[in-house]
Amino acid sequence: MTELIERAAAPDPRGETVELSMQQAINRALRVLLAEDPKVLVFGEDVGALGGVFRVTDGLQKEFGAQRVFDTPLAESAIMGMAVGLAMNGLRPVPELQFDGFAYPAIDQIVNQVARMNYRTRGAAPMPITLRLPSFGGIQAPEHHGESLEALFAHTPGLKVVAPSDPGEAYGLLLQSVRSDDPVVYMEPKARYWDRRPVRLSEPTDPIGTSRIVRPGRHATLVAWGAMVHQCVRVAELAAEDGVELEVLDLRWLKPIDAAGLVASVSRTKRAVVVHEAPLTAGLGAEVATLITDGCFRELAAPVQRVTGFDVPYPAGPLESQYLPTIDRVLLAVQRTLEY
Amino acid sequence: MPPRESTGQDSITVEHLSPELTRRLYRDMRTARDLDTEAIALQRQGVFPAYVSVRGQEAAQVGGATALDPTRDFVFPTYREMAAALAYGVEMVGYMATHRALWHGGLYDVMDARFGAINAVVGGPVPHAVGWAIGERLRGGEGVAMAYFGDGASSEGDVHEAMNFAGVFTAPVIFFCQNNQWALSVPNHRQVAGGSIAARAQGYGIEGVLVDGNDVGAVHTATAKAVQRAREGGGPTVIEALTYRVEPHSTSDDSARYRDEEEAARWRERDPLTLLRAALVEAGHADEVDLDRIDAESAERAERIRDGVAEAPEPHGSELFTHVFRETTEELTRQHRTWQEEVEL
Repeated sequence: MTELIERAAAPDPRGETVELSMQQAINRALRVLLAEDPKVLVFGEDVGALGGVFRVTDGLQKEFGAQRVFDTPLAESAIMGMAVGLAMNGLRPVPELQFDGFAYPAIDQIVNQVARMNYRTRGAAPMPITLRLPSFGGIQAPEHHGESLEALFAHTPGLKVVAPSDPGEAYGLLLQSVRSDDPVVYMEPKARYWDRRPVRLSEPTDPIGTSRIVRPGRHATLVAWGAMVHQCVRVAELAAEDGVELEVLDLRWLKPIDAAGLVASVSRTKRAVVVHEAPLTAGLGAEVATLITDGCFRELAAPVQRVTGFDVPYPAGPLESQYLPTIDRVLLAVQRTLEY
Repeated sequence: MPPRESTGQDSITVEHLSPELTRRLYRDMRTARDLDTEAIALQRQGVFPAYVSVRGQEAAQVGGATALDPTRDFVFPTYREMAAALAYGVEMVGYMATHRALWHGGLYDVMDARFGAINAVVGGPVPHAVGWAIGERLRGGEGVAMAYFGDGASSEGDVHEAMNFAGVFTAPVIFFCQNNQWALSVPNHRQVAGGSIAARAQGYGIEGVLVDGNDVGAVHTATAKAVQRAREGGGPTVIEALTYRVEPHSTSDDSARYRDEEEAARWRERDPLTLLRAALVEAGHADEVDLDRIDAESAERAERIRDGVAEAPEPHGSELFTHVFRETTEELTRQHRTWQEEVEL
């Protein structure tokens, strides 16, 4: 928080600082993008008059017209297939799939078409598509409304994957994603949509694929993305009361992953705990643990710990809080790594 | 109604078309036939790992593709559109390269050719055509998108979704179904409930046309009409060109295991090239001498394409990494180095 305010207060003649929720910050970024580039199109289910089920596209149709911000029929595969055709006609599509679980019906278009069209055509047909995907759990939503698909997307050659953790990050990372000529899956942590923070409305300066240190510390590094970053900050605040200084690293980009950033942090702290909502087995935590182990094997004082969802289908409301990594589970993992 | 079964040769007419056009149709169909024959030979010689024949479907493909304007329209093919590619003006060595497995999707420039990448997920490109068409209208252009697919692909959810989108958005797109009556080993009556793909158009509130796919004049006219309607803002059309796959699904297939080859033999008798040749003479658009000359020129062109693809260089291994991203990643650059050190040597 402190760092955020400091960052926001940094001199930037172009950027004003305003307090925004994450969904408002994404909305502001979409407005910038629609205004700066007439090729940008926003479409999906209920993104027009309604403004999206999370109101992320609120007011955009009114401001930019129903030709550039429009509702589609309820068919996720065709939404992504349409994005491919629009991109092949020189446009810059920003489709929304309403919920993470509804990306599965579009997986063929995302994996077989979007991700490999530039490769298949040897660069003739780039896919500057940003798929906005409300993601992850934490809001006691119905089934198929709380999935964590990052490992699936990160495993797909040709896709870049990003998950912002707070409003300011959401703003900058969306600008970067949409301006990128590569397809990006932009995973919006639903549980943080209503999180209000001061946001500096300025151009992103960190390159694609860089992580950031949210909170510095020296005893162990907590690695997270999306809503789990906030969870890790709370863990670090609690640990600080006992004199344990935890560094919280927000990975941000899940592909490309900032291996250098991970190694730099863990080389200092000697210990790492990776925290994610997705199930354990073949989750991205395994990739992170391997990158850390490869990069700082000699410096490591303990094996990399993983605190993740369990290998079960995403549970219904009352069980959700027992599925998602709890503060206690992360603290226990910290304890294990400190006592190893 | 076009025939579902062939009892051998009947006749077609091309009197409603110009002599220049009908001679061009014949030349393109003849070249495609010769190139098809060369391709099967290349597979037998081990140059192609596999090939999918278009034999018998030349009229459906050439008749449709020649109704488009390659300077402003855009074609979205699946994997059995060689004759359409040729008639549309695609660089054919690059097209045939995909059958030599030099590069998935072909080596032609899809944006320059305005002919999308060869695609084996047969429903996949159909919504691309709709997206392209919606984009064209947003941009104020007059181009029309053409999606090729077959009777098998008509079962894919993407085809339904695409037609529904096209109807909702009144998109300038043509859904061109070559119904060759066999989806690999499965016949129409086990594939197409209701028996008609064209009739499905009505459910989307769009125009549906059933045409004899072996009658190149009929296909050309039906497509030209659909193109004009789309260009003028009249929206999409489903064209079902009824034809027949006289060859097995691919050179890896054994069609005797699932169908009566007598049926295929009867369709060979109703060959679209033979029908067109007779119609050209009948209409006075060409005589046998003209046609023999076109035959010779077509054979030479097919041979040049054959030699071009057989001699084309294999892609360099570093191309594995070149086009994955527009802006590559550090990790992929590292893997490229690994390839250089451990594979390229």
